[in-house]
This record gives sequence, structure tokens and C-alpha cells, in this order.
Amino acid sequence: MQYMLLVYMRELDAGRQDQEDLGPVYQEFMAYTEGLKRRGQFIASHGLKPSSTATTVKVRDGKTLTTDGPFSGDREQLGGYFLVEAGDLDEAIGLAESMPGARFGAVEIRPVRV
Amino acid sequence: MSLDPKEIEAIYRREAGRVLATLIRLLDDFELAEEARQEAFATALERWPATGVPENPRAWLVDVGRNKAIDQLRRRQVFKSKVLRLEKAAAEAAQEPTAHPDEAFGDDRLRLIFTCCHPALNPAVQVALTLRAVCGLSTQAVARAFLVGEEAMAQRLVRAQQKIREAGIPYEIPEPPLLDERLQSVLAVIYSVFTEGYAVTSGESLISAELCLEAIRLARLVDALLPDRPDVQGLLALMLLHDARRQARLTEQGDIVLLEQQDAALWDQGQIAEGLKLVEQSLTAPGRVSAYAVQAAIAALHARAPAEGATDWPQIAALYEVLLRLQPTPVVELNRAVALSMVDGPEKALQLVDSLAARGGFKDYHLLHVVRADLLRRLGRQQEARAAYRAALEAARTEPEKRFLEQRMAEL
Repeated sequence: MQYMLLVYMRELDAGRQDQEDLGPVYQEFMAYTEGLKRRGQFIASHGLKPSSTATTVKVRDGKTLTTDGPFSGDREQLGGYFLVEAGDLDEAIGLAESMPGARFGAVEIRPVRV
Repeated sequence: MSLDPKEIEAIYRREAGRVLATLIRLLDDFELAEEARQEAFATALERWPATGVPENPRAWLVDVGRNKAIDQLRRRQVFKSKVLRLEKAAAEAAQEPTAHPDEAFGDDRLRLIFTCCHPALNPAVQVALTLRAVCGLSTQAVARAFLVGEEAMAQRLVRAQQKIREAGIPYEIPEPPLLDERLQSVLAVIYSVFTEGYAVTSGESLISAELCLEAIRLARLVDALLPDRPDVQGLLALMLLHDARRQARLTEQGDIVLLEQQDAALWDQGQIAEGLKLVEQSLTAPGRVSAYAVQAAIAALHARAPAEGATDWPQIAALYEVLLRLQPTPVVELNRAVALSMVDGPEKALQLVDSLAARGGFKDYHLLHVVRADLLRRLGRQQEARAAYRAALEAARTEPEKRFLEQRMAEL
């Protein structure tokens, strides 16, 4: 079985991000990743840019609705993910709107930290 | 040599958007370009009084801005390849004095408009960013238009620029299948700028001419860069026809003058003629009718009424019918009821308004109360009219509106 472990954390204000505070946590994440790799349990992992950079795409009646910000819904739950390569946000929106899930749910686009 | 500061200000008004647009393309960084533009104009303020205005101020400002950005990047000691690329381009530009043809500037501005009006930005932020970046309004002026503090607005703009960079919002004119959809987003932003100026939502004054003129300027720009598009023509016509009546809409004391009582001699006939021609072009173009053009056609009938001795209400009611199909919103329904009251009398219109109120979900309740009050007044139902005026008064947001409603109530 493969499992996806989703990390939920309080977002820090980029302007006030304190390297000293984050340093030990960053080290812990590195050590955690190393441990997974050593045991052959690691598949992939990425950090995401803050939710203020998120864009949500829905398709209803063949029309694309693009909105600023992360997805918020009452009934829909996270059901999977695709990690894709796209030149810019418009290309990413194009990929999102052609995904079947966009027609009955929504696709949240989050830039990945590289 | 002395230089009138007004001249530099006029150049700023004219060139700020173009210079920023081109710098963004050259630098590929919204924030860096914005800084470079500021520095270029600051340098102009320093130097031009001594040297005079250069022959091509726009090219001068772009060159200075680019050099300032190169300095800045050097200081940061990052993006090394970017510096090399820019230096190479600057060297090429220096050898080729015609490196800034006008159409390239036009494309840059259009790119900037599409970036600022990208649907991945919050709609209110799209409007603010367009005013700041494309129109060159100061952050303070944009803050005033949105009734927020300057610092809060500056923050909002910085966040928007961060989203553009971090999320990879492109600095491009969208390709055809996407172009139509994105153009709607651009037109919505321009119309928001106009409506905010046309009916300011709170405070002492009802009209902000500056915002109306900015919106018209933007629409003209889009019309020039993407010619013969019925929806662009329709929007431009709509704004020209409404704005043509600006002088007649308020008394010298800032009181509201209703359309029927306005002095048509104060209307800008040149602007009306231009608007009428554009409506005609828009409505006769093949394809789906633009909702903006239908609204413009309604405004055109009002504009022609004095010359024809009467307002063509049956035609206006029919146009609202068309508009309702394109835009099924409560506000359009309310306007249609008003037009119908002028054709079939107030009784039936009142029924429509009451059923509209009963359905709920109406945002601008004061408009609904104003219409109800007027219909009740015309039906001679004084008591109910007074109650409706009172309800309208409670919801009214500007001083001129309040004075107008108080006066109407006193006349009952």
C-alpha cells in the first residue's frame, strides 16, 4: 500500500519568518526524510508555497471559474493529487480545468517550493 | 532652464503605465519594475529641470529604469544570468536608437492589464492593482477610492504582486480561446472603476470624475489595442453616454438632479455622439449581443429623449427584457419594473417590485425602497410611500442621497 501523509501546519508570515525558529524544525524534517529513505519507505515529498498563492479552479456547465485563494467546501474532501510541470499559472489552470474532478468538485493549485 | 513641474506631472500621467508595462516585460519581475519606475521618475525630477525634457521621454525613462534595476540586481548579487541578459539587451538598445517602437509599448500595456485583471487575483485587488499599475494612481489615491488606509492598501498591493510572482501568473496577452474569457475579466474591472466613480458608495460627494475618466481612458486603450470587439465598444459607449451627463447630475450644492429634470444643455454632446456611434457598431456586429451594448442602448435612448421631445419607454422596457435574459440579476429586474411603470402605470410595476423583495437576496436594498416609494407616491398611497422613503433613508450611504430622499419625503 502507498499512503499520502498530508502535513497541516500554521502558516508563518513570510516577512517575519525567523530562521532561528525554523532551523531546528527544518533539521527534523530532513532527518525524518533521511529515515524514510533509509528504510526504503520514501516515494516523494514537497513543501508548498503559502496558501496566499493558491488558486482554485472549478468547471460548471462547461465554464471555468477561477478564484483567488485555497479551496473551501463543506462536503468535498481531499481525494488525490497530481504533481505536474507547467510553464505558468495559465498552463496549470488549463491542466486543472481538464481534470474530471474540476467538473463536480474543485482543483486547488498550489505552487511547489523548489 | 526652467521646467514647469506640471509638465513632468503630465508626462507622469501619460507615461507611468507604459513605462511600468515595458519594464515588467524587460525585467520579468513586477516588484522590481515598480521600484525601477519610481527611481526613473525621481531621476527625471532631478535632471530634467537642468537638461530639459528629452526628445523621447518614454524611452529615456525605460532606459533609466532598466539601469536602476541592473544596479539593484547587482547589489542583491542574485539572478546573475538576468543581469547579463539585461546588460546585453541594453548594449543592443544603445546601438539601435529605435529600439522602443510604439506598438511594442502598446502590447506591453495590454499584457500588464491582463496580468492585473487575472482571475486568480481577488476581484477587488484586480481593480486596485489596475489603478495603481496601469493608470499610475498613487497608492494613497487608490486607498481613498476603496475607503481604506494607505498602509492597508499598500499591503494589499504588495501581496498581489507576491501572488503574481509566486504563483506564476503570466505576463502575457492570452491566446484566442482564452482571450475572450479573460477579456470579460478586464472589462469587469474597467466597469468597476467606472461605477465606483459614477456613484461613490459613501461620503460627501456622489461622483468621482477622476475614476470615471480613468475607466474611459482604459477602455479606449483596450479598444485601440484589441479593435472591433463588440463588448469593448459596448462598454466604452455605455461609460461615455453616462459620463456625458456628469455636469447635469448634481446641482452646484451637490444635490441630485433626476434624469428628467436635468438641463440637457449641460450634457456633453460630443461624447454622446461618440457613444451613439459605438453602440450602433457594437449592436450591428455579428455574434452574441454584448450586455454592455444593451445598457448603452438604454442610455442612448435617454440621451436622445430631449431632442425627440419624449422618452421612448416601450423601447427601454424591451431592452431591459433583453438585458434580463443576458444578466438575470435583481438590479436589472428592478430597472425593468421602473421602465414598465412608465408604459403600463405604477400598479403592475409595484407588484413586480414586491415579488422581487419577497424573494430576498437583494443587495442594494435602498434602491429597492427608493423605487417602491416612488411607485407608491405615484399611486397616491402617501402613508406607505412615507414608510418606504424612511426605509430608503436608513439604507442610503451618501449625503446627497440622504438630502434627496428627505426632500422627496417633505414633498409628499
